[in-house]
Parts: sequence; structure tokens; C-alpha cells
Amino acid sequence: MRCWLFHSWKILVVLSLTGLALHKAQAGQADALPRQTLIVAAYPAVDEIVKANIPLWKRLHPDVDIKVVSRQFTDHHTAMTTALSTSFYLPDVMALEVGYLGRFSQGGGLEDLSLQPYGIKRFESRYVPYAFKQATNNKGAVVAAPGDIGPGTLLYRTDLLKQAGVSEQDLTLSWESYVTAGIKIKAATGAYLLAHARDMKDIVIRTGVKPGDGLYFDSQSNVLVTSPRFVRAFELARMVRQQKLDAKVIAWSNEWSEGFKRGTIATQMSGAWLSGHMNNWLAPSTRGLWRASQLPEHSFAAFGGTFFAIPKGVQAAHKQLAWEFIQMMTLNREVQLSAFKTQDAFPALIETYDAPFFELPIEFLGGQKARVIWREAAKNITAIAIHKQDAFADEVINTELDKVLDRGKDIKVALADAQRLLHQRAFR
Amino acid sequence: MKIPALLRISPAMAPYVFLSPFVLLFLVFGVFPLLFSLYLAFQTWEPTSGLEAMKFVGLDNFAFALQDDWFWKSLKNTGWLAIVSGVPQHLVAIPLAYFIHSSFKGLRNAVVGAYFMPYITSTVAIAILFSSLFSTDYGLINVGLQMMSHVPVLGWLMPQNPVDWLNDPDNIKPAISMIVFWRYVGFNVVLYLAALQTIPKDIYEAATMDGAGRLQQFWFITLPSLKPMIFFGVTLSVIGGLQLFEEPFILTGGRGGSDQAGMTTAIYLYRMAFDFNDFGAASAMSWLLFIVVALLTWLTNRLFRPRGASV
Repeated sequence: MRCWLFHSWKILVVLSLTGLALHKAQAGQADALPRQTLIVAAYPAVDEIVKANIPLWKRLHPDVDIKVVSRQFTDHHTAMTTALSTSFYLPDVMALEVGYLGRFSQGGGLEDLSLQPYGIKRFESRYVPYAFKQATNNKGAVVAAPGDIGPGTLLYRTDLLKQAGVSEQDLTLSWESYVTAGIKIKAATGAYLLAHARDMKDIVIRTGVKPGDGLYFDSQSNVLVTSPRFVRAFELARMVRQQKLDAKVIAWSNEWSEGFKRGTIATQMSGAWLSGHMNNWLAPSTRGLWRASQLPEHSFAAFGGTFFAIPKGVQAAHKQLAWEFIQMMTLNREVQLSAFKTQDAFPALIETYDAPFFELPIEFLGGQKARVIWREAAKNITAIAIHKQDAFADEVINTELDKVLDRGKDIKVALADAQRLLHQRAFR
Repeated sequence: MKIPALLRISPAMAPYVFLSPFVLLFLVFGVFPLLFSLYLAFQTWEPTSGLEAMKFVGLDNFAFALQDDWFWKSLKNTGWLAIVSGVPQHLVAIPLAYFIHSSFKGLRNAVVGAYFMPYITSTVAIAILFSSLFSTDYGLINVGLQMMSHVPVLGWLMPQNPVDWLNDPDNIKPAISMIVFWRYVGFNVVLYLAALQTIPKDIYEAATMDGAGRLQQFWFITLPSLKPMIFFGVTLSVIGGLQLFEEPFILTGGRGGSDQAGMTTAIYLYRMAFDFNDFGAASAMSWLLFIVVALLTWLTNRLFRPRGASV
């Protein structure tokens, strides 16, 4: 026993001396380099946008470096959840995608930017209204600043429409006319109207949401999935499937991109950014064949969006710098426009909307000035209240829709089953 | 070079010092997460609010898990996959190992290596490859089936339309099972080959002299001698099968597929925590899964343990 204690004492002395030496060395380094580093955690392509603006930041803050910690999309949000839950390895600024923002805003881990010294509310009118509301939680705290948005659009193959004798108005007049146009397109060209009936359901359930309500739950956590908008969405989706108008492929799958390349999918509802992906890698060979319009039946919906937030656990000295960085990324017209030009990140800053870039024709869309359409959509989108069980509800509704489409389950029974399952979770 | 007295470790201390790296890592990455998840199973927690946001809720998470339709669905999926992918592994691996053991001499290692290869290949690479092979319209598996449908007689057995392997709930589980079977059969072959080498040759010689054929030798000598290894192999398959995660996770895009038909309990636990933000329920479910694994392992022990063994 004595021997063990004696050796422990020796080990402790050695470790302490080593620690002391290391500490001295680090302190020496710090003395020589009195620089600060702001850590920004982001995912593709937000990381590229941040990196592109480091020179501008260095002009404003020559003594503060930016370190971009880049991870894949899901890994990034998992890492941010872990960092917030343990308060370890917290970045000074975190990029958050809108789908995760809802979850993150429910917790208390992010700074309320409406409070001093931030005071983001004085800039509220400069941001697209719906995006600012998305960043505001049910307690009124503004937990992030909008960086970019994803106004919804309908992309369609003009060559297939021409072959079928269908006009853009036929596609967009109403959801019923959209389906009727699809029948004509299928008959004349053999192409599917859309990738998956679910895509249409996702937009239809967003139309007619009452102010203050969420998509699946109201403000009191009552489940809303048996409401008429869900019934209609399911009926339309079933009509699409019965007429064999959807290719039954999921976004980002091999079949999905092949469908675009081979011209077997005639339309796609998505964020405006999709045309950039199509042009760059999904279906560059179809350049000039696509056009963009508003979503059918004057629907307006958002597909994605990036926000910047400051974790509460960040050291106080960095919070002001983090806020200045966020202001640079979200309130600087040139930064916002440059991200739009290089990464198709649609600006959340309204004062960019008069830029001549919006009026420029888009080669991939046959020279169409589609950004003007998307700008209009951005102004008309309304924010939908977020509930912490939205991700689960989304999954439940998609499952029940699959049962309706693939197994012929009765719509009312399917929605009642979803209601029961969601009710069980609504208050967790 | 002489080591300074200060750094010298006495023989009495040496075992502790040499063991300490493992013990330390085991405590940090083994024991701590276990205890933390047990603690978490009795809490409700919004993780983005920090550790201090935990609230004790007693057995609520367990009650919720036991009433959750999706938890039971995931358990059924897991059981189905464990049986359909696990049982054939052993039914094929035992005769295959016997065949390799008795028929291959020089090429034996190469053949065993070929069967073992999928086991040591990255799961991600396998799942990506198979998701391409299982593609409905452009996958090689459906192309092969279509080609075979033109062969007389055989064509009647082939599906007329391309099979939607990964989106149709009826097909997801068979697709996953095929991959899991293909991946682990080689591992079991190696296990059984090792066991076969321990069976004394003179038993076979005596049996041959008594007029026993190869099939009789397999049935009455090989199989009973393999029983301890079958117990070990089946136990590993039960534990591995009930914890199945990677293959279905990647094949179904991390969601478990249409109607959650490919969602195993391990995937559901992950999703409960990281997709649905309910770490408390996820922890409770993980302990319920542990109970299921422990029970089935005990049952396997009862069924396969050698007679007279005390364990």
C-alpha cells in the first residue's frame, strides 16, 4: 500500500511538472499572438459562403480570425445538439437550417437576439417577414437571424408541356387543373407529372393554415390532421396515384435525378435553389428545357432556409463579435447578393430585391427571368407556427399517406389513426 | 539507458499502470454512457437547453415506450430481420464450413477469405452499393430478374414488373435480410471451420471403418461436436440481430423506409433522440431493448448449452 502511494506521488509530481511546462508554453504563445478567433459552425454550402466573406471580415476586424467548422448537413445539426446539451465545443456562431431551427428554438440554449446588446428587432423590417417570424419562438424570443430563404416554385419541362398541348396556366390554375394537365402529359409523352404524390400533399397541407396555428398542431397542441386541408391533400394525392401520374421516387434518390435527366418527370415543386442544382449536377443536359412558375392555386411555400444563431454558452467577450459577424452575413447587401450569385442562396434581406441581378435571364430556364417570380413568392409566404413534434408528425402523415396510396386505406381512417398517434405525443 | 528512479515503476504497481489506459477508456466510453442513459431514462430533457434542463419524471418514459405503437413495430421488425437473416446464416454456414473443411486443401484459405470479405468491408460501402443494385428502374438486380423472365419456365417465377425493393414496405425487410445474410455468413463459416478443426480425426476414421457415409458422419459426429460453437454463433447472431442498425439505416436513408418497415429498434432509438428530440424515451427504450436481448440470450443458452454445463 505504501509503495502504491509512493508511486502515485511520483506520477503526480511528473504530471504536474509537465502540465506546468505546457501551460507556460501556451501562455507564451498567447503573449506573442494576442489574436482572437471566432468559430463558425456550418454545413455545405453555407460554409462556402462564410469562407468567401472572410476577407471582408478581416478588413473590418483585422485582429479577429474566423475558423469555419464544416460538417455534413445532418452531422452538423447533431453536433450542434450535442454542443448545446453539454456546453462543450460550442461555436461562437452556428448556422441552422429551418427544419432544425424549430427544435432548437424550443430550448433555452440560444441567445435571444431581440434583447440588448443585440436588438435585432430594429432590423426586422429589413428581413423577409416570414423568415423573421420563423426565427421567433412562441415566447417571443428571436433566436436567430435569417441568412437565406427558399421560396417555393414549380419547375416544369416546357418541351413536354408543348407536346401535350398544356399551358403553364393549366398547370397552375388550381390543384385539380394541375392533375388534369398531368393526365394529358402522361397520355401524350409518357412522362410522370411529378416525382411523388407526397410532394403535392406537402404543399396542399400548407394552404389555409389559420393564423397562429402550426402545420399539424394548434397553439394549444391540439392535433389538426383531420382538418379539411389534410383531407383534400390526401384526396388529391390519391387521384395522382390512381391516374399513375407520379413516378413514386423520393427526392435526391438515383431514380429522381435519372427522371430529370431522361425527361420522365415533367414537373417538380421545390425551392428556387433546385434550378441551380439541376444546372450544376442533377440534369445539366436538360438546360433550356425547364421553366419556373408560382406553385399551383396561388400557393406559396418555403423550402428550406438558413439562419445564424449565437449559443448562450459562448464566452461573453465573443458574443459581440458573433453578433457583428451575423450582421455582416445577413444585413450586408453585397454579402447577400454574392451568396445568391455564387451559391443560389436566395437573400433574406429585402433591400437586395431591387438589384439588377433579379432581372437577369437564367440560361438553364431558357432565358426566363425567374428570380422575379421567386422574389414575389418570398414576399407572399406566411410563417407557420412550429411545434416540437413537427418532425414526428411529418413522418406519421407520410406513413399514413403511403398506406392510402399503396394499400388503399380509407383516407378518414388513415387521418384518424394519425390523429391518435400524434395525440399521444402532442404534450411530451 | 538507465531510467531515472522517479519514473521507475515497481513490479507491484506495473499491472495497474498497464491496465489503466483500458480501464480509463472503458470507464469513460463504456460505463459512463451506460449509467448516463440509465439516469436519462427517468428524466425529461430538452437537450438544446443544456444538462441543467433535465427533470425527473419517474417511470413515465418507460410507460410511454410500452404504449408506443412505433416501439412495438420496431421490435417486430427487429425480430423478423433477426430470424430471417440470422437463421439461414447458420443453416448455410455449417454445411458450407463442413464442405470447405473436407473438400478444399490448397485453395481453402482463398475460399474462406472470399466468404469473409463482406464481413470486413465497410458497411457504408456495402449499403451504398446495394442501394444502387436494388434501384427499381436502373438496378442490376431488377435487370437480372427481367432477363430471367424471358427464360422459358423460369420466366413464370419472375416478377413481371420491376420490384420496388426499397420503397415498398413488403420488400424492404427481405432486401435488408439478404444483405445481412450475405455479410455475416462468412463470419459464421470461419467460426465453424475453427470448431471443425478441433474434432479429432480418429472419430471420423472409426466411423468410416464402421461403414458410416459422409452424411451420417456429418449428422452424428460433426453436428453434435459443433454444438458449443453453434451456441456461441447463435448467441452472437441474437445479440447482433437485435442491435441491427447500420445496414437498414443507410439503405432506408436513416428513416426506416415506407411504413417504417425497415426501422429496427436501434434505428428508432436513434431517431427518438436525434430526430424527435426525446432523449428520455430513447434511453428508456434502449433499456427495454437490453431486457429483450438479455432474455433471448438466456433462452439461447437454455436451448444450446451443452448438457451438464453449469452456465
